[in-house]
Amino acid sequence: MIVDKTSENIRLSSLTEKLRLRLDEDQLTNCMRCGFCLPACPTFAETGIEAESPRGRIALMKAVKDGIMAPDVEFEEQMNHCLGCRACEPACPADVKYGQLIEQTRDAIEDHTETHRGWVKLVRRTAFQTIFPNQKRVRWIGKGLRFYQTSGMRKLARKTGAMKMFPKHLREMEQILPEVALHGVVEQIGIRHPAKGDTIATVALFRGCLMDVLFADTNIHTVDLLTEAGFEVVIPEQQNCCGAMHAHSGEVEGARSLARSNIRVFKAAGVDYIVSNAGGCGALLLEYDHLLHKDAQWKDDAKWFAERVIDVSDLLVRFGRLLVFPECKENQSIRITYQDSCHLRNVMRASDAPRRLMRQVNGVEFVEMKEADRCCGSAGTYTLTQPAMSGQILDHKMQHARATDAQYLLTSNPGCLLQMMHGINQHGLNGQMKAVHIVDFLHERMCEADE
Amino acid sequence: MLQPEVRRELIAIVGESYMKDDMQSLVTHSYDGTPMLQSLPDAVIYPYNTQQVSEVMKVLNRQRIPVIGRGSGTNLCGGTVPIQGGVVMVMHRMNQILEVDLENLTALVQPGLNTKHFTTHVEQLGLFYPPDPSSMSISTIGGNIAECSGGLRGLKYGTTKDYVIGLEAVLANGDIIRTGGKLMKDVAGYDLTKLLVGSEGTLAIITEATLKLVPPPKYKKTMLAMYKDLNGAARTVSKIIENLIIPATLEILDNSTIRVVDAFANLGLPLHMEAILLIEQDGDMESVERDIASITAICNSEQAEQISVAESAEEAERLLTARRSAFTALARLRPTTILEDATVPRSKIADMIMEINRIAAKHQVQICTFGHAGDGNLHPTALTDARNADEIHRVEAAFEEIFEAAISLGGTITGEHGVGMVKAPFLEWKIGKSGIEVMKAIKQSFDPFNILNPGKVFAKESRKRVVIDRG
Repeated sequence: MIVDKTSENIRLSSLTEKLRLRLDEDQLTNCMRCGFCLPACPTFAETGIEAESPRGRIALMKAVKDGIMAPDVEFEEQMNHCLGCRACEPACPADVKYGQLIEQTRDAIEDHTETHRGWVKLVRRTAFQTIFPNQKRVRWIGKGLRFYQTSGMRKLARKTGAMKMFPKHLREMEQILPEVALHGVVEQIGIRHPAKGDTIATVALFRGCLMDVLFADTNIHTVDLLTEAGFEVVIPEQQNCCGAMHAHSGEVEGARSLARSNIRVFKAAGVDYIVSNAGGCGALLLEYDHLLHKDAQWKDDAKWFAERVIDVSDLLVRFGRLLVFPECKENQSIRITYQDSCHLRNVMRASDAPRRLMRQVNGVEFVEMKEADRCCGSAGTYTLTQPAMSGQILDHKMQHARATDAQYLLTSNPGCLLQMMHGINQHGLNGQMKAVHIVDFLHERMCEADE
Repeated sequence: MLQPEVRRELIAIVGESYMKDDMQSLVTHSYDGTPMLQSLPDAVIYPYNTQQVSEVMKVLNRQRIPVIGRGSGTNLCGGTVPIQGGVVMVMHRMNQILEVDLENLTALVQPGLNTKHFTTHVEQLGLFYPPDPSSMSISTIGGNIAECSGGLRGLKYGTTKDYVIGLEAVLANGDIIRTGGKLMKDVAGYDLTKLLVGSEGTLAIITEATLKLVPPPKYKKTMLAMYKDLNGAARTVSKIIENLIIPATLEILDNSTIRVVDAFANLGLPLHMEAILLIEQDGDMESVERDIASITAICNSEQAEQISVAESAEEAERLLTARRSAFTALARLRPTTILEDATVPRSKIADMIMEINRIAAKHQVQICTFGHAGDGNLHPTALTDARNADEIHRVEAAFEEIFEAAISLGGTITGEHGVGMVKAPFLEWKIGKSGIEVMKAIKQSFDPFNILNPGKVFAKESRKRVVIDRG
């Protein structure tokens, strides 16, 4: 096919080969091009362009596999433009596993990419191979960040204008980053926590890597809610990052290795459920069975693991004792709204549970935000890799958020939470609206009973 | 590939960002909702207004370059596959509701408007636009007009053609014509509005439409009747009509369809039934209740095993949603799903279903049938695999016989999907040699150089209407 053997051509033909091997032909054939996924896709909604839709992207993958087109730079860019929110999957009547197809594509691309600049390569290697696989190292980064925040360096950086060296979206993110806790959940409250009253089940908390650095309090509050609802909670100390960022960035082998290590740790804990409070992590944990389905040694344990994964709100609603919220004082009713975590909704299929929990709280009026089920543009590292599209999506999101007139904007995933904080800051809603993890909000309302 | 000069001219009209000819754009406009059809265009263009459409047409007509109008590309007849290359004209940027006239009960809209957005908008104003093709959450009004889309409500309310009362369209030479208007009566010359509806992009590019709106029904009721005997269900359909009841919806699902829809939508349907009728009546409360009572009696007389009336609006809506997704839900069984729309007079529905089952058995292919039983419009759906050449061959042979059977029963080869590429070889069976000649003459007068969606409707060669037994 390729006559002129320049290095680019060799790269393309080798990438084509890899894509042919990796892409699941059955899934590609199952897409019947009915177009039902188009209205669900955020990038299609923003652009109206067929190539920016799941049907379009699958057609491009198939065209590469069929030898109709080369996986050129535009192809790579289009695949990276996908948020990976997977809203197309529940919309697909033919049950095409789009998430797997995009993962296979990105994995092949990552093996062959020439587009990363040197520093990006270095950052990626450090992050994916050195830091995230080891929770201690994630914590060091947290400590460094805390030092920056509390030592006066942050003040200095902002004052001297040193921050201006960074791109706008990074600068804005730096502003809203919450203060890092000195210690993670285990260091603060220990490993084992008995249920209050009769024990319904024993559950293990998946604490998350960044979650435990940026939102350690949310982990502590999760334990409180769970024990209150009748669950005994263990937090296996040796657990590490779930591997979601690896899997979504084309580092599938890295994700597999993290999965094996987590499976070993949680299997040893011998629990009934594995609870996540971050939709993004939970969704990958739930798919460990798929991740390791070709691994003869691990696939049974991976299945054991995946069957036990559940989101905290789903566990509370389905199996927990009803949480007691205090009666509200007069004239103190507050208005709240909710932004779905895409992976909680589209992969873990838990969109109802958080809403039911919010409606249980006394003195709270829950208003549904328009397009709450649509991605907020955070999407893992998307904010950093695709700032323009991410910003456009966030602008629309904040218009809808503002229209709800809510004082609290709740969500179920740290990435979404940071993005909502960023949106509120950027749209001048500070003081009117606060972005909070649903667990923290429930915890706060519950604790008012004790006061 | 377009010549550089043509390319420059087109870019001068719509701007650089709205004329694309990179590989990615070409690949993603090489298909529509029809299985196994793909052909690359030379370019994709996104006009913003009628004037731009007109100028683009002048260039393309002069250069004899094919142009394929496209909404969301969800049709099932290969209607928007650029089989002879050329320029795909995507209407998404022309997506505005220009006016809703509450005095005349009409709406003026652009072709790229999403059908669901439109129906939701008019419903908020207390009005009703009945055409409801299964694809309505993504398809466009322009696409619906070009294909004359039907839907579940066709039996009582008619299809798209019954709601289009005026059009603005650009002819092949770039001239702009206006037909009809906000008029319920208009016999000024030939009815060009009706001619353009369902013309599949072969006569003109539609740039604006005046649509008729109606008052919404005040009350509605949905029921299900289940049968262990398929023929009992089919006879029920005929009997309901015979008793002068025209339900808003009268749908049939056969056993294999029931299983698939249930797995998809978790409705708890009884899986051992051979057929389910989904019936909906709307109107004044009193007459709706009376009709539902009469229909219940008919279902009983035809030995329906189980009859249930939806208790709430939500439950009714869920049942309708399940029917709407039947076509795509079938795709879960096999990789490739080929859906046809052979249509017969409604009194012949039982005969047609039996014919389909006989033909499927004869050719050893799996065909699930569901559809708009009330208007005789069935969707025999073959479940197959595009990679299995032998099986595809048998599926094609079976469909050929199904078309033949439909025509023998006084029916047609297509009720609502259109001719496109898929049924072009069979068009002559339905309308005869003279019919083809008249249609070709019409095409010639609108589009003398055959640039508007060429290769559609008219086949190079008609299929011989003798079904050879390949068994």
